Amino acid sequence: AENEPSWETPCTELLVYVSTPGCDGFPSLDSKESYKLSVSKGSMLLSAETIWGALRGLETFSQLVGRDENGTYYINETEIVDFPRFPHRGLLLDTSRHYLPLRAILETLDVMAYNKFNVFHWHIVDDPSFPYESSTFPELSRQGAFNAMTHVYTASDVRAVIEYARLRGIRVIAEFDTPGHTLSWGPGAPGLLTPCYMGKAPSGVYGPINPIVNSTYQFVASLFQEVSTVFPDFFLHLGGDEVDFTCWKSNPEIRAFMIEMGLGEDYKKLESFYIQRLLDIVSSLGKGCIVWQEVFDNDVKLRPDTIIHVWKENNMQYLNEMANVTRAGYRALLSAPWYLNRISYGQDWIEAYKVEPLHFEGSPEQKALVIGGEACMWGEYVDVTNLTPRLWPRGGAVAERLWSNETVRNVEDAYARLAEFRCTLLGRGVQAQPLYVGYCDHEFGGV
Amino acid sequence: MGRAMGLAGLLLGLVVVPAVLVSTSLRHGAPPTEAEPEPSGWELAADAVPEDSLWPLPQWVRTYPRQLQLAPSRFQLVHGAGSSAGPSCGLLQDAFRRYYEYMFGHSRRRTWGRRPLAARAEPELLQLQVVIEAGDPGCDRHPHLTSSEAYHLTVTEPVAILRASEVWGALRGLETFSQLVHEDDYGSFLVNESEINDFPRFAHRGVLLDTSRHYLPLKSILTNLDAMAFNKFNVLHWHIVDDQSFPYQSIYFPELSDKGAYSSNLIYTPTDVRLVIEYARLRGIRVIPEFDTPGHTQSWGKGQKDLLTPCYNRGQPTESFGPVNPVWNTTYDFMTKFFKEISSVFPDEFIHLGGDEVDFSCWKSNPEVKEFMKKQGFGIDYAKLESYYVQNILDIVSSYNKGQMVWQEVFDHKAQLKPDTVVQVWMANNYAGELSRVTRAGFTAVLSAPWYLDYISYGQDWKKYYSVEPLNFPGSEEQKKLLIGGEACLWGEFVDATNLTPRLWPRASAVAERLWSSSNVTNLQDAYKRLTNHRCRML
Repeated sequence: AENEPSWETPCTELLVYVSTPGCDGFPSLDSKESYKLSVSKGSMLLSAETIWGALRGLETFSQLVGRDENGTYYINETEIVDFPRFPHRGLLLDTSRHYLPLRAILETLDVMAYNKFNVFHWHIVDDPSFPYESSTFPELSRQGAFNAMTHVYTASDVRAVIEYARLRGIRVIAEFDTPGHTLSWGPGAPGLLTPCYMGKAPSGVYGPINPIVNSTYQFVASLFQEVSTVFPDFFLHLGGDEVDFTCWKSNPEIRAFMIEMGLGEDYKKLESFYIQRLLDIVSSLGKGCIVWQEVFDNDVKLRPDTIIHVWKENNMQYLNEMANVTRAGYRALLSAPWYLNRISYGQDWIEAYKVEPLHFEGSPEQKALVIGGEACMWGEYVDVTNLTPRLWPRGGAVAERLWSNETVRNVEDAYARLAEFRCTLLGRGVQAQPLYVGYCDHEFGGV
Repeated sequence: MGRAMGLAGLLLGLVVVPAVLVSTSLRHGAPPTEAEPEPSGWELAADAVPEDSLWPLPQWVRTYPRQLQLAPSRFQLVHGAGSSAGPSCGLLQDAFRRYYEYMFGHSRRRTWGRRPLAARAEPELLQLQVVIEAGDPGCDRHPHLTSSEAYHLTVTEPVAILRASEVWGALRGLETFSQLVHEDDYGSFLVNESEINDFPRFAHRGVLLDTSRHYLPLKSILTNLDAMAFNKFNVLHWHIVDDQSFPYQSIYFPELSDKGAYSSNLIYTPTDVRLVIEYARLRGIRVIPEFDTPGHTQSWGKGQKDLLTPCYNRGQPTESFGPVNPVWNTTYDFMTKFFKEISSVFPDEFIHLGGDEVDFSCWKSNPEVKEFMKKQGFGIDYAKLESYYVQNILDIVSSYNKGQMVWQEVFDHKAQLKPDTVVQVWMANNYAGELSRVTRAGFTAVLSAPWYLDYISYGQDWKKYYSVEPLNFPGSEEQKKLLIGGEACLWGEFVDATNLTPRLWPRASAVAERLWSSSNVTNLQDAYKRLTNHRCRML
């Protein structure tokens, strides 16, 4: 055969050299993830500025090791210089629409690391259920979880996730979405949600958090005090999306408040009123804030270091939003074209891959404000029975778009590499689904 | 190493990706659909009613408030007096053990309890007696299209009685009984007094699995047979080979899988095949294999030289091949021998011969084929050549006393079919019209067109499968009788063992109920309630 490999002396060690100390810290938005990998006769060296870069390099190294037909492990002489294009490369999991057992979260963190994702955006509570066991407000999960004994994340679970993630260079950013998306908070926190009215009388149904009572802000301050301590990352995601104003409008006390405060009929101003106070509370706790785009769209007064999360997808309108957000001087995260929960027939990973986050009109300074993006796996139709195949390898398309150079766009080449990577995932025990027809040497054994 | 299929495959995949354009008011995750008044799962328990988790819904159900208790350590599934089946009926013995396990499997107290039964209001149900009424119960036979699946279930103290003409009905009844047994808040097993009279609306209720686009390990196939039994499906349409790979290990032609399978371990040996057939049989499921020709046969050419048509380009032979070559005698010699094997390996009365999507361009390019067309007087109508080929295959298969199923093109292209050929309607465009045509011509039909479950989309698409009414086509009463059922198809382009089970279930359950239950069972809210319970039970 042509190109007979010339076997050199077997390599016995990969030397890992990290220049900046710090094994016990947490990764952050500013962490340097660059590394250099050099494989040559007689030596294999991985050097990185930080341990986080070393992790990325180890993953790459593991992808370079091949096995021939005789079963011999080998590696080609290689020189790699690598660093991420964007510093924030995230994955959102939703543990409210369906509870995800701890194991499923930990396995997802493993696969995120294989893909060099570095942020786990934990959309931990929402309308349907409240699985987060709060030490300050234990009733929240006791009354709000699907099953308070089984479908909850204990403090120890949360610690496990955070540490498991840290060991893989993954930040955990918790999202406690308010004032909307909070129905499950109601049972455990009476008086928190707005009672909706049908005419003169309460209808028995509740709406978003009640923004006009002081008790709300006391509650929120206490809860976020706890959350700030539990989650070590500098950033918290505060949500702020899809606030339905109908309930507020129906409530006479709120209407009175609107008049009293001179807000007229503009309930966006009431939403702003709440969110501004929330942002102040969280800032005073020493945390940075990420919010969904509505908070920006609705003219809430934001601190300049707030990060705006762009999610609305309508015929590529998201690129306009990215332009607007960055023009106003805020940092932006992109998710709109990467809603992996929106499945469709065929190779939809290609659309995700072709996204170009910076394809909007703006100055280089503006574009520098785009710090990355997140693939989202909302949970309406997803639980542990279908999470992994639905997430991988499609999520890999987003991973490459966020890590690799802008010029890496060839779909045919990506297909070849991603299909191969999918087989690698299978070999690592990940139930990743196929991209198209074909086979892997090691097929999944079957559920 | 994984085999990427290259640019051609890539483009094929690209072509079918629809653009996802959504409205401005897209909520996080949820599509802007109709207001869903579905009860959230966690509110169901309070007003739970025994029928709340029956799936598919039996034809006639009456339940009473009086509940009976079952003690796992004492309750038994037994043969009743007067049954034509007894302990030597392996099929029922196996079913008894299986259903006991489904009902009480997760219960810890299955051995004799130390404490006597505390005084309870509910009387105890000691047994379910199964009585098979026909002289020949069918224990050692294979199910077929005309098997009786009807059953009558009476649940009352002290014993419940399940009567069925044949064992197939008993299997259906056992499944239903297991769906009636529920646990109360204290973990006690209860069942309401009830009476059920049930039979399927359609006799052919199938699932198509494709093991060529991706190999499916045995375990995956067997798990899905279990799931099919939970849903009273009774046909596994095994689309076993196709263009991409030939995993079927043939005894007469071992080269077919040696050269045509994805790799040497990704095959189905004769033992594997026997296992699937028997596993299915024990669940009352027929296995209809499909060996699709003359198109969809690329993988056959790897192990069988001179089977496929060599394609020409400007009079010169190319390296590529097209459909099976219909003009050579050797083709029919091969098929005669091959189908002899298939006829003996697969016990079902029917074999599916495919016949879909034949691309004529290769035939048109081949000089021998063109010559043959002239000699036969087919002109330039290659559909006639296709029919010529198909008719020969039909004759071959008939000679082995097997019935044939074909895809609709075979009928559409006017091949001369045997009177009992079953035509499978799969093209989505105006399938009602096709059903009319097929049945008007006097052929039996099986419907798949609206039930291509490989076509995934965001949201609760089970509803659209559930809402299909198969008999909604123009035709007489006699015509409508010719629609014998349908099949949910899970083509394998994007499916393998990693995602098959969650993709197929519970969406296929919607099809299961449409094919079993009465035509007036159409309420989506009630279906949602029962289906979510059924899904949890399947877990």
